[in-house]
Amino acid sequence: MKTLVTGVIGADTHIVGNRILSLALEKAGYKMVPLGALTPADAFIKAAVETAADGIMVSSLYGQGELDCRGFRDQCMEAGIGDILIYVGGNLVVGKQPWEEVEARYIDMGFDRVFPPGTRPKDVITALENDFAARAEGKKRAAT
Amino acid sequence: MTANRHALLIDFGSTYTKLRAVDLDDPRIVGAGQGPSTVDSDITVGLVRALDDLEAKLGILPAFSYRLASSSAAGGLRMVTVGLVRELTAEAARQAALGAGARLVGSFAYKLTSGDLEEIAVLDPDILLLVGGTDGGNEETVLHNGAMLARESLSCPVVFAGNRNALDGVRAEFEQAGKNIVAADNVMPNFGELNIEPARAAIRRVFIDRIVHAKGIDRAANMFDRVLMPTPAAVLEGARLLGDGGHGRAGLGSLMVVDVGGATTDVHSIATGMPQDEGAVYQGLPPPYAMRTVEGDLGMRHNINSIIEETGVEIFAADSGLDRDRVAVLTELFSKNVGRLPETSDERAFDHALARAAVGLSVRRHAGTVETAYTPMGPVIVQHGKDLRNVTALIGTGGALVHGENSDSILAAALADKSDPMSLRPRAPKLFLDKDYILYACGLLSMVEPDVALDFGLANLHPLTQETRDGRTSVA
Repeated sequence: MKTLVTGVIGADTHIVGNRILSLALEKAGYKMVPLGALTPADAFIKAAVETAADGIMVSSLYGQGELDCRGFRDQCMEAGIGDILIYVGGNLVVGKQPWEEVEARYIDMGFDRVFPPGTRPKDVITALENDFAARAEGKKRAAT
Repeated sequence: MTANRHALLIDFGSTYTKLRAVDLDDPRIVGAGQGPSTVDSDITVGLVRALDDLEAKLGILPAFSYRLASSSAAGGLRMVTVGLVRELTAEAARQAALGAGARLVGSFAYKLTSGDLEEIAVLDPDILLLVGGTDGGNEETVLHNGAMLARESLSCPVVFAGNRNALDGVRAEFEQAGKNIVAADNVMPNFGELNIEPARAAIRRVFIDRIVHAKGIDRAANMFDRVLMPTPAAVLEGARLLGDGGHGRAGLGSLMVVDVGGATTDVHSIATGMPQDEGAVYQGLPPPYAMRTVEGDLGMRHNINSIIEETGVEIFAADSGLDRDRVAVLTELFSKNVGRLPETSDERAFDHALARAAVGLSVRRHAGTVETAYTPMGPVIVQHGKDLRNVTALIGTGGALVHGENSDSILAAALADKSDPMSLRPRAPKLFLDKDYILYACGLLSMVEPDVALDFGLANLHPLTQETRDGRTSVA
């Protein structure tokens, strides 16, 4: 069984979407480690180390995610889990910005996938299945 | 008419062998005795002296129905803990060891290095607690650490309470080296879930089965029935019983114990301590319900300098009513004569301020804190550690409180302070003094006759009326 850490990063209290996602993932057969709202970046990483998690799912809804997520992959590397799958999703920037730019910025920070507002849980589940299947074949993540 | 039954409760301490004789049918202390601690030569000698002392006071020793002992002699139960993430399983291991009454001499996190192993060999603990990973979680680190420890010439018993998936692997490493481990359930089976009772129980079993013998306490085995646990664990059990009550009899409710000693100050709390304010969010590892912290730098005789330094010399001088030069002179005097009791009024004022400082600092460290996090949705209260503001009882013990004057004023230093609103210390608990050292006796007795132990404990704590010089009053 794959283990996933979820939570809402930074000083962000918007827990509902993250909770719905956690429930959907649990139903899909994942072992969930839900950290809830107001979770500092290092708490995600420490939890992932202790539980030997296969992935970290970061939510950010309040527009400040860019600040909170800066260096997330680097911190994972420092903690010895540099290869872990990390996704981020939500209202990731302030104001209206072209999605491609937002996505590129987060990919640049080391996130494997970036999800816009309004993403359905089943899309996340499909992405996870594809990525874990790709990883089983030694790839970093699936092409699509 | 049949004669009342009696119990003998023994504390093999580091300095004294203490005895309490308790009437089980009319729960009260009928006598106390004391002898020196002679564990380094022959523990029997001190126990015989203490029994003679007791007999001299009672006239005749009753036939005891129970003769139970706890021990903190021969350095106490010296433990080393090894975990994975410092704030997670490594912290859970520390909590388990402290809750088992151990004197924690070292705690390690992440993968052990050869330097760590050398340090552990020098520390030469009585028991090592090895944990790491949630069940089904990280196996790699605990397997690495297990293999390192198995290969090391370490001879102390090892209790394993880590990821259950790693147990077989760790056990195999130890067996290959001709050693055993004692397995207990994981201290953190799921992320964020603290489960220290099984590890505590395993530590206690090892203590009874092996450490009692290794320390030579069982040389006096024909003079008592059983050594049940380390003395700090007995105090914690006593506190738990007094707080929780039992069998339809109410206890004191959530409570704290502050034990001010010469070398350390111990704080115990029996409370869930979860957030009480609407909308407050808890962060970090949940604290254990029965929690013990030990402040090794806040001993009334061995750490005078560090107590005054952390308090601030000016504040300390003001609280004692002495000037700074006098404080310096008395610091020197007491530090060099750790057995000295205060004689002059200056010395008493100094000792009083020192006890207040030790109580204040140790309780502040034990209690949780809140901070305000400003979010775009408005401010949010974030809590770390235990909220002890509504604790209903605060019990003080230890030489400085028992023998000093104005023990209510010393104990009041534990209370919440308007100048430090972020610290979640008790606001208005009832204050009690354990002046007859009954907490350990109560804890030992709770193992065999919990109802009697509860009656005994409740009847023998001394309520303090709090009319302190700083004008706080209790709303007990």
